[in-house]
Amino acid sequence: MKLLVKGGRVIDPKNSVDEIADVLIIDGKIAAIGRDLSVDGDEDVVDAEGKIVCPGFIDIHAHLRDPGYEYKEDIITGSKAAAAGGFTTVCCMSNTDPVIDDGIVARHVLRKSEQAGLINVLPIGSITKKLEGEELSEMAELAREGCVAFSDDGNPVMKSDVMRHALEYAHMLNLPILSHCEDLNLSRDGLMHEGYYSTLYGLQGIPAEAEEIMVARDVKLAVLTGARLHVCHVSTTGSLHIIEQAKAAGACVTCEATPHHLTLTDEIVGDYDTNTKVNPPLRSEAHVKALAHALASGLIDCIATDHAPHNVESKDCEYAKASSGISGLETAVAVIMDRLVHTGLLHITDMVRLFTVGPCRVLGLDSGTLTLESKADITIIDADAIRRVDPATFYSKGKNTPFKGMELRGWPWMTISGGRIVAREGRLA
Amino acid sequence: MKFREKALIMDEASIRRALIRIAHEINEANKGVEGVALVGIRRRGGPLANQLASQIESIEGIKPPVGVLDITLYRDDLTTLGPAPIVHRTEVDFDVTGKVIVLVDDVIFTGRTARAALDALMDLGRPRRIQLAVLIDRGHRELPIKPDFVGKNVPTSRQEIVSVLVKEIDGEDKVVIEEVVR
Amino acid sequence: MRFDRRKDLLGLRDVEREEIEAVLETAVPMKDIITRDMKKVPTLKGKSIITVFYENSTRTRTSFDLAGRYLSADTPNLTVSTSSVQKGESLKDTIKTIEMMGPDVLVMRHSLSGAPHYVARNTSMRVINAGDGINEHPTQALLDMYSILERKGRLEGLKVVIVGDILHSRVARSNIFGLSKFGCELRVVGPSTLIPSDIEKLGVKAYANLEAGIRGADVINVLRIQKERQHGALFPSIDEYRELYMVKPEHLALAADDAIVLHPGPMNRGIEISTELAESSRCVVNEQVTNGVAVRMAILYLMLGGGRDEIAC
Repeated sequence: MKLLVKGGRVIDPKNSVDEIADVLIIDGKIAAIGRDLSVDGDEDVVDAEGKIVCPGFIDIHAHLRDPGYEYKEDIITGSKAAAAGGFTTVCCMSNTDPVIDDGIVARHVLRKSEQAGLINVLPIGSITKKLEGEELSEMAELAREGCVAFSDDGNPVMKSDVMRHALEYAHMLNLPILSHCEDLNLSRDGLMHEGYYSTLYGLQGIPAEAEEIMVARDVKLAVLTGARLHVCHVSTTGSLHIIEQAKAAGACVTCEATPHHLTLTDEIVGDYDTNTKVNPPLRSEAHVKALAHALASGLIDCIATDHAPHNVESKDCEYAKASSGISGLETAVAVIMDRLVHTGLLHITDMVRLFTVGPCRVLGLDSGTLTLESKADITIIDADAIRRVDPATFYSKGKNTPFKGMELRGWPWMTISGGRIVAREGRLA
Repeated sequence: MKFREKALIMDEASIRRALIRIAHEINEANKGVEGVALVGIRRRGGPLANQLASQIESIEGIKPPVGVLDITLYRDDLTTLGPAPIVHRTEVDFDVTGKVIVLVDDVIFTGRTARAALDALMDLGRPRRIQLAVLIDRGHRELPIKPDFVGKNVPTSRQEIVSVLVKEIDGEDKVVIEEVVR
Repeated sequence: MRFDRRKDLLGLRDVEREEIEAVLETAVPMKDIITRDMKKVPTLKGKSIITVFYENSTRTRTSFDLAGRYLSADTPNLTVSTSSVQKGESLKDTIKTIEMMGPDVLVMRHSLSGAPHYVARNTSMRVINAGDGINEHPTQALLDMYSILERKGRLEGLKVVIVGDILHSRVARSNIFGLSKFGCELRVVGPSTLIPSDIEKLGVKAYANLEAGIRGADVINVLRIQKERQHGALFPSIDEYRELYMVKPEHLALAADDAIVLHPGPMNRGIEISTELAESSRCVVNEQVTNGVAVRMAILYLMLGGGRDEIAC
């Protein structure tokens, strides 16, 4: 089993590689990288001239809804969506039914992902049993069964003492806590970002402070415990300031931003299109700009999709009744390419870093590179491909996206997982 | 659409003569103008009703009360039109019940405006009698309605447009036949 | 945009000044009809206007009902009982069911902001928003504007102050959107907990002090205080609200000489407005009710009076 990816621009941030080169894959591993690698005729050749060849992209924040909400997504459709979207590794959140608060649920995720046989799916265990924010999950068992981090994402851990203990316990296991930072007392009935547009559109607002207060609390607790804290879907300037200070002070704090928070503002809520409803909410222009800036400056450690697929019924309803979330796996790369890379806000090598070594550092994984002998997970980008976002063609069961109908430039061209081509130009191979 | 004047039917003097004649006829038909009131149909029936009232006053020494009727809400062709036509006020400050009401309009054509005016007027009360005075009768009636007083009968084709111009709205008094310019 | 060309009336946010003028002008002859003996014209014979209220409101519903009847339309009501909602039917399906029965206009009130916008996207019926959540109540604002215009003879340049729970008031929001298109100087007065954020960016000046806010005003629009808001810890008590924000005759002395007082009703006398003020000749609350019917007749006429061919959907 040999595969030769010829003539692409290879960007491997971990190894400081950015050059035109061939990549040779033998038996699912990176065997050689170099110019004009010799061809002996028994390998398949991929002509990657004009394309960008990167380590496989990693999404550390996706909701694959399996088990329990298979009508929204399952591991198989989620894996297909990930492969089509250029991802070779996806970490799935614990808010399933039953919750991933028990080793057996984690095993279910891994087994089903093996069945899918497309990409790596890594489960994230819950912080508390049933996401109730009261008692810690059996984190050691979850870790043993393959969980790579802990999170109650969707439900903030409101009790500070519980969060403290969670951080302490996870620290003992040397795994990070991925925190959904939201003060529920402050966000309460809110439906969108609080500000000019919430007043204009007559929807209850969620102040930026609902997020920032909890970021501040969790940062304090991370310092207290020495644990690894990762802030999920950071969306406000205030959160960025707090994280910046924490990092400067040497705390083990990382954060992620989503493609939608990086590119969309609260103004688009005006038609009450439920596809714009997401938690945290789309923020005002100043926040969005600060976020994009923090992405380029390196303050934000990685891009994560917060892929939140929903069934039609959960979105085809009144705005207040609609579920929050955006189906993001199949648009993430194109959104970042079109809105940030092609506009000059983000360098292409930084984008690759934010999708590869960035997330690996957050989770302490040693993948995300094209190092020789490592597993051949490769994402190839066609920076000039132009396509319109059409949810009807999504592999994901969730067709809920505010990017619907947008014409974007720069799409994943090929996804190679373990040396095997699993997707090409957005379609499964 | 643009219109071009094709023929002058009446000038200011002939309009005045026609109104004087109608004023006499109204006076004769009702044996004086006691209990008679004039109600013009918007828009150009209004000024004509006023002129008519002045002529009656110069003959009889009594000026009959004058009102204006807006018949928009009574039209039978609303749904076949594009936009909803502008509605104006009906200004009839006297009680119509028991009176002889002379409806005044500029042109009678299909008779549908007169029909709407009859309905609109009867919603205001119960007149003893309703008469209809028009400056021009151009034929082509679609309803069994016949004016009591006519200034001038003008045979026309359906495609032609008869325009009555009045000083109060158009700056001059005249009646012309117009046609569409392509 | 011409008012008679729109498919729906969802709010005043996106309605142009010329459209509002068309409604206010058409309402004048409509009011004549209401005040005469024969209160019916045949204009909308054969049209039907269904009112669907997901929130109780006898007066708005009756106002629409009579407006439709005065124009000879049929005006069935659909009572959306809580049970039918509990049966789990989606709003979309309820509306589709109604649509298939053939009404021309759907007048809808809903407790959730944006619900009529959602419905309008999903039906060929014309939709009139009779109040959605905390968002808009366009027909109330239009009748308020008509009432002001009738008393003041103009809207341009007037100083209008709205007093009360601005945050949760769809009446306030629609009035602000409408009046700002006529160059009015707009102010809101209320406890800071009930003033929405960034209201100044709508060109509105916010006051916490009633006297300061009312000074020099030509129009004072007093909102109904909803007692249930108190449980949200947004203000301490009805007593304290009355103490700080009840509008009384002495406040009129601070306003312009011929200032008028509006209230969307129903009034909580002795809480947001004193009885003496409510019964004074400066208070136009009763005229507002009549004007509400006239304005709704104008809206229905403009939306249904013409042909349908050229309607911009």
